[in-house]
Amino acid sequence: MSVDTILSFEEAMEKYDPVLGFEVHVELNTKTKMFSSAPNVFGDEPNSNVNEVCLGLPGVLPVVNKKAVESSILIGLALNCKIAEHCTFARKQYFYPDTPKNFQTSQYEDPICYDGWIDIELEDGTVFRVEIERAHMEEDAGKLTHMGGSTGRIQGADFSLVDYNRSGVPLVEIVTKPIENVGSRAPELAKAYVAAIREIVKNLGVSDAKMERGNVRCDANVSLRPYGQEKFGTRTETKNVNSLRAVENAVKFEIQRHAAVLDSGVLITQETRHWHEDTKSTTSGRPKSDADDYRYFPEPDLVPIVTTAEWVEELRATLPEPPAERRKRLQADWGYSDLEFRDVVNAGLMDEIEETVTAGATAAAARKWWMGEIARRAKLADVDPAALGVSPAVVVEIEKLIASGAINDKLARKVLDGVLEGEGTPTEVVAKRGLAVVSDDGALQTAIDEALAAQPDVADKIRGGKIQAVGAIVGGVMKVTRGQADAGRVRELILKTLGVEG
Amino acid sequence: MAAINRDDVAHLAQLAHIEMSDDELDRMATELAVIVDSIKSVSEAAGADVPATSHPIPLTNVMREDVVGHVLTVDEALSGAPDAASGRFKVPAILEES
Repeated sequence: MSVDTILSFEEAMEKYDPVLGFEVHVELNTKTKMFSSAPNVFGDEPNSNVNEVCLGLPGVLPVVNKKAVESSILIGLALNCKIAEHCTFARKQYFYPDTPKNFQTSQYEDPICYDGWIDIELEDGTVFRVEIERAHMEEDAGKLTHMGGSTGRIQGADFSLVDYNRSGVPLVEIVTKPIENVGSRAPELAKAYVAAIREIVKNLGVSDAKMERGNVRCDANVSLRPYGQEKFGTRTETKNVNSLRAVENAVKFEIQRHAAVLDSGVLITQETRHWHEDTKSTTSGRPKSDADDYRYFPEPDLVPIVTTAEWVEELRATLPEPPAERRKRLQADWGYSDLEFRDVVNAGLMDEIEETVTAGATAAAARKWWMGEIARRAKLADVDPAALGVSPAVVVEIEKLIASGAINDKLARKVLDGVLEGEGTPTEVVAKRGLAVVSDDGALQTAIDEALAAQPDVADKIRGGKIQAVGAIVGGVMKVTRGQADAGRVRELILKTLGVEG
Repeated sequence: MAAINRDDVAHLAQLAHIEMSDDELDRMATELAVIVDSIKSVSEAAGADVPATSHPIPLTNVMREDVVGHVLTVDEALSGAPDAASGRFKVPAILEES
């Protein structure tokens, strides 16, 4: 495999103007497949979720999944698309063993959603509008595993094994219009765009949106042209880009590779490229050729889908608040700084903090617990903070116990330990572990007398007016009571014992 | 509509994975040309005011609810496979070494 020459990204950017385009495939999380009632479940035993339709056996008839159509419309609405009043399905013909019918049922001339847009906010707050060409319904293919050969890759494989559980899983393919004038922000925009799509479909509840499972997959188109030229350069389409980081890296790599090719006076070959996570580079796939003569024609076994304004409006009414707007609203409500809020989002704790605040905690307290003790423990346990086992209700209860003076911050951390060890609610843990602040003055007085007797010189200093020396005695008392005393009350009692005015 | 020639037929045969002899290509080119001509007369009959039709029956929105129905067992699914291994369909290696 030859290694491509690449230019530095900076040099590529000085010389060429990148144009991007994305095709993002979203797997819907319907219970059944797009055209058959076989289950749509990830990770089951191979070929256990198929029926005659998924296997493309002769004489079968597909029937459209209504929920999948509605999910597709919801995606279109969330992307500000127009919804087609009338659309049809089409056959896209090609031979590949992951597609047993020898065609993929898709949409061609009349996608269900078209002409939309989405505003993408980059990390520094720059907003970039990406226009959506279309979002259409289609079906996923089976999963091939290449066996034998030295690399385990398709090259050199002796044979392949096919699992058709994924065959017929509903897909929505979202296609952008060419994205121009993005300049050196291209890799960043690529990542942010795919992240936004993933967030939107997750928020809509129409997809599990797990990239590592292939629920959201991106094909990235890149072309370069000299600055000032209107006509697009020849593009390549990079497939198999299955993480946000990979999307960013693949776009960056292709820009650098194109620039080097163009610099050497050679034309870009219009082709499919494959992204390799291990080498952080792309390799040539098949060139665009006869294999892409798909001979689309209207699917005779499926009748058109007609959407009424009433149906579309009914669906529009169920749209959740868009993720970007929700973030703005929550940050304003909570009064977090940009940095504080970004940390919360990056830690994946926005939902938990929202629930905690809704359950009665202050925004400051919710952040303190989730981003502090809980995040710290989660890191030690190597799990997501949200998955540690602390519920918003626990945080609220601990905060109430602190506010009422029943426990202090130090004890609260022990209460959290108890909750995580399955000892019950915070209140139960306080009772079981005897963690309540010692507020019995009698018990405190004994401890104070002992502390004063142990440090008579300090006691004398305090009597002599050196009030600040009281700290040493307070410390002694706290030590004896294992931190379970209210330090303020201890101080008062010490001064009273010594007859000194605080 | 452009007339269909022998090269078009050879191209289509290749796309459809149909092996055809020279004689068959010659014969099919002539026969398909007749069919294309027949279809041309349909295009002439339908004026610009007639929308393209993909289905002869005016039916729309034939849909089902999202409820799991008929599923095959793994053995049933594989029963028609030319070859199988590890509960999966076994197929020849797909791409040549590139």
